[in-house]
Amino acid sequence: MTRPVGEPLPTAGRPRPVLEMRAITKTFPGVTALCDVHLTVRAGEIHAVCGENGAGKSTLMKVLSGVYPHGSYGGEIRFEGEPVAFKDIRASEQRGIVIIHQELALVPQLSIAENIFLGNEQRSARGTIDWNATYREASRLLERVGLREKPQTPVAELGVGQQQLVEIAKALAKEVKLLILDEPTAALNDQDSAHLLELILQLRAHGVSGIVISHKLNEIRAIADSVTILRDGRTIETLTVRQATSTAPELSEERLIRGMVGRDLDHRFPDRAPYRGEDADQVALAVGGWTVRHPVDHRRTVVDQVSLTVRRGEIVGLAGLMGAGRTELAMSVFGRSYGQYVAGTVAVGGREVDTRTVPAAIAAGLAYVTEDRKRYGLNLLDTLQRNVSLASLPRMRRHDAGRRHGMRGFVDEHHERRVAEHYRTALHIKTPTVAEQVGRLSGGNQQKVVLSRWIHADPQVLILDEPTRGIDVGAKYEIYTVIGELAARGKAVLFLSSELPELLGMCDRIYTMAEGRLTGEVSRTEATQEVLMRHMTLRRTTRNGS
Amino acid sequence: MTTTTTTPPEDPPASPPALTLLFHRARANMRQYGMLIALVFLVVLFQIWTDGTLLLPNNVSNLIQQNSYILILAMGMMIVIIAGHIDLSVGSLVAFVGAMAAVLMVKHDLPWVPALLLSLLIGAVAGAWQGFFIAYLGIPSFIVTLAGMLLFRGATQIVLEGQSLAPFPDGFQDLAKGFLPEVGPYTQYHNPTLALGLCAVVLLLLREWRQRTRQLALALDVLPTGLWVARCTALTAAVVAFTLTLASFHGVPVVMLLMGGLLLILGHVMRNAVVGRHVYALGGNKAAAQLSGVKDKRITFAVFVTMGVLAALAGCVYAARLNAGTPQAGLNFELEAIAASFIGGASMSGGVGTVMGAVIGGLVLGVLNNGMSLVGIGTDYQQVIKGLVLLAAVGFDVWNKRRAGR
Ligand SMILES: Nc1ncnc2c1ncn2[C@@H]1O[C@H](COP(=O)(O)OP(=O)(O)OP(=O)(O)O)[C@@H](O)[C@H]1O
Ligand SMILES: [Mg+2]
Repeated sequence: MTRPVGEPLPTAGRPRPVLEMRAITKTFPGVTALCDVHLTVRAGEIHAVCGENGAGKSTLMKVLSGVYPHGSYGGEIRFEGEPVAFKDIRASEQRGIVIIHQELALVPQLSIAENIFLGNEQRSARGTIDWNATYREASRLLERVGLREKPQTPVAELGVGQQQLVEIAKALAKEVKLLILDEPTAALNDQDSAHLLELILQLRAHGVSGIVISHKLNEIRAIADSVTILRDGRTIETLTVRQATSTAPELSEERLIRGMVGRDLDHRFPDRAPYRGEDADQVALAVGGWTVRHPVDHRRTVVDQVSLTVRRGEIVGLAGLMGAGRTELAMSVFGRSYGQYVAGTVAVGGREVDTRTVPAAIAAGLAYVTEDRKRYGLNLLDTLQRNVSLASLPRMRRHDAGRRHGMRGFVDEHHERRVAEHYRTALHIKTPTVAEQVGRLSGGNQQKVVLSRWIHADPQVLILDEPTRGIDVGAKYEIYTVIGELAARGKAVLFLSSELPELLGMCDRIYTMAEGRLTGEVSRTEATQEVLMRHMTLRRTTRNGS
Repeated sequence: MTTTTTTPPEDPPASPPALTLLFHRARANMRQYGMLIALVFLVVLFQIWTDGTLLLPNNVSNLIQQNSYILILAMGMMIVIIAGHIDLSVGSLVAFVGAMAAVLMVKHDLPWVPALLLSLLIGAVAGAWQGFFIAYLGIPSFIVTLAGMLLFRGATQIVLEGQSLAPFPDGFQDLAKGFLPEVGPYTQYHNPTLALGLCAVVLLLLREWRQRTRQLALALDVLPTGLWVARCTALTAAVVAFTLTLASFHGVPVVMLLMGGLLLILGHVMRNAVVGRHVYALGGNKAAAQLSGVKDKRITFAVFVTMGVLAALAGCVYAARLNAGTPQAGLNFELEAIAASFIGGASMSGGVGTVMGAVIGGLVLGVLNNGMSLVGIGTDYQQVIKGLVLLAAVGFDVWNKRRAGR
């Protein structure tokens, strides 16, 4: 089931290739992002592309869709049998290649219908926008993607999963033949993901081929017909997913990982050393009766009397479906950064602390790693070094042999650079120098930068909100290891995640939330996906506690 | 902390060769290096075109004094733009503070030192006034400072009753026109200037050397020795040449000391102080900065107060240069300062740029002005050319970024 890279697949009995990318090479100043990459997608198949962070997946798709115009890369692209040379995205869209980027690109203020037809407006004979046709067509498309919303609804009012569907509707409006999805489910919960994957399969049935980039291997196995693995900007292999035959067994996740990482990964989760400090049983974080209202709609209670504790050296999970209020809880505890505070207390290390502002929360020993790195995490224009140091600048004074001198309130750039270098190597952030602009890093590597910032802030309590979103399996392992080590050093970790296996693999205890309330608390030994799911879907009638 | 994987990672990310690093650094500051080269190019061009008049000692002094107030404004404007804002009021504020200084000194006979300090205070209050609306009430800076532009211009006319007030005491005039006094025996050169130049060279080399030893001690990669020596030599040569030029005329202008001090302090604060870093963070991504503990309101407020003080200083220098407080002072200064900032590497979206860049941008405009006047190009064409330079500078940057892959 493996084939030598670059050779045509045996054509007998297989549909013709709709897309062939040959010997694609793309360099950025100082970085070779793609080197001699081959990709063949056959008509009516879902082709997955996977690989580690920074392997070049997004770049390859940008080359294909004309984001990087013809001439800025080497190699040849053939679509439907003819060579193509796109000068921009419009050109590729005209041929029916539509890309949905890792970061959604909708205009929040515009309505669903306006977004769907943006740049592709339904016109009347006089050249003005034909609103009737727009709404009619939009409704039809929304039905096709299974989104039950009015076309007039502003996109800002939709959740991420629904926005993703609008993106697909937008693609369908353009008569798409090849749909490219860059990590479509990274920001979605299980339900929304399942719906989206189902939709992709439906589209395939209607003759739309697809390229899907994903770090979620189970998804790849569920929907893809074949997989191309990239590593360090090169094609490693193309594998067929389905049809376990007598000679070839079904493709296993382990097999995929070996291709991506170049070695076997024996465990998905590291072994954790327990924290053995004297104060091991001390409660590090205690949140009591935390209640928060919606920032605009004050009648809506988003977090309702949540009380939880995390001990030193403990990793505690917080599970919940989309809209359960996990992020809202975390952000409002962290300096009341979300919503309108109603009631509740926070104690760190047994003492009640003031967390009314973010600086106060940081001073009290809290840290919050955001789930939305672009919006709440990074200064994309600035360097890796400065992004890492941002939350601990006052401590970036000159160090010599553990002693701090240098002026208060001033940063020693050499020390700062060493710190950044340290995290670059320790977390394997893929970039040649810490002076690189963070905006130029691949998605997963950006996530590692945010994580570095907060690890270096050296908090007592670390709140991690989806810390492994968009991160490849190998790097996930590294991040789990880092989290494990932090706990072993006596930090308390509150771990918010939509991926249940990850919570089950890492946490000592798991709380579940639903509709803003705490609905359960499960210890490591009792926890299974089924138990958690049951608690996560509990309805209003049940009160706190398991 | 170390991370362990089941099998050891193949190879630790190797440090790329020093030249690649150099290249990356240079690319990060492309616009600034580009503008430095452009500045050198302009100087050489006009030096040839004017048969050597441009770099005659008296013209160099003149150039510095002529552009001092725009450079001071540009430094402040750069900080405002880095913070993600804009200040349209500085030209009017220059006029208003100049007028107030005139009222204090000419009408009320206040000695110039307290009058200067009071003027700076007025600038700080004006900055605080605007900063309050912007930082604490969240009104866009474009609107607040547009209002300020009208408001301060009007206030100037009210204070001056539509007329110019003159003359200023000599001490105050020296702010714009004075030179460091000569001391010591007669040499061909201005002695204190030589001494200052020598100090500058020594400090510069000392700093370079200390940085290098620190970098080596921390096992950070450094410039290859050859390149480093070349860099030091070039820096020294530049300072020496500049010193000798100034020293063969009246010496260092007072206003240049002022600007030099400002450049050092503001540059250091923006680059190395926690507050400075917070300004960048705020301009780059406000939400992210807030969630990292940046006190956004306080920082924004402080930025506008700083701008106010700098505008006041520029106002005093300009009034001293004219030797009068006039209602028409400072017209379009805000636009010059904004242009200087963008030429010098600021970005519309905020979060990038350096104070040094603003000075380079200001000098590009200044040399253009001066050079074109010397060769006799009319002010009409001068405007056209300056407009094109602004467009070209920013256009080049955009093109360069696009070429690098967005
Ligand atoms: N505009 C750019 N300038 C410089 N380097 C870039 C640029 N865009 C991408 N790169 C580099 O190219 C490499 C590939 O990046 P790419 O975004 O394609 O990775 P990816 O496979 O999509 O990773 P992820 O899974 O993290 O999203 C990375 O090393 C990245 O740093
Ligand atoms: Mg990517």
